Amino acid sequence: MDQNKLLVKLENAGVYRSSKWLVRGISLEINQGQIVTLIGPNGSGKTTTAKMILNILNTDEGLVKGNANKMAYVPQKINIDWTMPLRVIDFMKITSSLNDTQITESLVMTGVDKLLYNQIHSLSGGEFQRVLIARAIAKKPDLLVLDEPVQGVDFNGEIALYNLIKEISVNLNCGILLISHDMHFVMSTTDHVICLNGHICCSGSPSNVVKNPEYIKLFGEHNSETLSYYQHQHDHSHNHDGSISK
Amino acid sequence: MFDDFFMRALIAGIGIAIVTGPLGCLVIWRRLSYFGDTLSHSALLGVTLAYAFSINISLSVFIISGTVALLLLSLQKRTKLAGDSLLGLLAHSTLAIGLVLIGFLSSIRFDLMGLLFGDILAVTIEDIFIVWFGGLIILGILFYIWKSIFAATVNYDLAAAEGMKPDLSNFIFTLLLAGVIAISIKMIGALLITGLLLIPAATARSLSSNPRQMVILSILVGIISVILGLFSSLELNTASGPSIIVAALVLFILSLISFKRSGALQK
Repeated sequence: MDQNKLLVKLENAGVYRSSKWLVRGISLEINQGQIVTLIGPNGSGKTTTAKMILNILNTDEGLVKGNANKMAYVPQKINIDWTMPLRVIDFMKITSSLNDTQITESLVMTGVDKLLYNQIHSLSGGEFQRVLIARAIAKKPDLLVLDEPVQGVDFNGEIALYNLIKEISVNLNCGILLISHDMHFVMSTTDHVICLNGHICCSGSPSNVVKNPEYIKLFGEHNSETLSYYQHQHDHSHNHDGSISK
Repeated sequence: MFDDFFMRALIAGIGIAIVTGPLGCLVIWRRLSYFGDTLSHSALLGVTLAYAFSINISLSVFIISGTVALLLLSLQKRTKLAGDSLLGLLAHSTLAIGLVLIGFLSSIRFDLMGLLFGDILAVTIEDIFIVWFGGLIILGILFYIWKSIFAATVNYDLAAAEGMKPDLSNFIFTLLLAGVIAISIKMIGALLITGLLLIPAATARSLSSNPRQMVILSILVGIISVILGLFSSLELNTASGPSIIVAALVLFILSLISFKRSGALQK
């Protein structure tokens, strides 16, 4: 297997719904072992772009060339009807047949292995988010798409989960597309940043993107300064319970 | 054993309950009860056409309900009318067309009550064959697409992204729903079929903690409802369809009481 296999490629792709373009002219590539982040204001088409990559939405223009064998998705929002009794263990298995070890392993990774037999409806927002991530990584995908994966997770948990995402990209050697508002993580850990506002405003390595005038126009001068401050190396990591390990 | 009309009704009814159990769970999970209503209302048109052209009732109902279902799926994508308005529109217009056609077919004697509410006396050996053979086909296909339809029920985007082909399984599921209406219309009647889909599944919900349990329980509740309903229909000389639904309702109320006692309603 060559190191940088191309997993998915969009060529000038666009989605047209209710007489307007949700996104247009999107070209991007995700390779194995790469973390690509989408940033942009609300309604800028981040989720739409992710859905094109995942073949949930058909493009009305341009091409999607998929090359990934197994894709996994952590959607931004998911509502499970109360009428369906569903435990975490049932939810883990909805799209793939996993054995108990695989399920427990990934739940341990996201710190929610104790919730295996709990009803999905009884979980808190943060717990559910961790279960969603665990489900996606349990099937060992080669392309993982995460749409604001840590929403509702407490601060320490957020850091641990972002570290986990970084870890996953290395261990599974999978490609990751991440939609995130956490500029700290985006700028310090990802390989390629795409700044979106209905079209691609600018893209490139994090350090280049923050200097781009288009980026500054969207996010403001202030933000770009804060970010350069954030570009530092951790000498420790945070565990799920908030404790620090070297 | 098949000589006795009551035994025939019992055997056909149990067959129907086995099929409505899992399909009813999906109808509840997917919030499709009005969809089921629309399909069963359109079934009356199917019955009328069956009499007009002397073809098998179940076949004709399946064709009409299936067509309405597919029409509905495509209209939902094309019009801006809200889903429930669309359902009401199709339900009542097909019901009305069916009733108008009955007016034209004055030469044929109709048992309208039987069509709307089911007729225990009308179950023939041929009907038993249709229920069990048709039911086995429906269950077989449902078993085959279960993983996909279940994933799509939990979340469409997840299912689509992870290769579960939710559109295909939605399409098949819709036809299966038309199929279950077709095999049960004679027993339960056009107006009450949705009741047999919904009530046993709703009863099972409060007693189960995972999807498989809910499916099995709703089959059991359905079977008990059929048995209780048919016996009371025989004893009290009431229509079979309504008696079965009332029995199901009694079981539902009992399940609520036990649910409350166990404290599961309190969060």
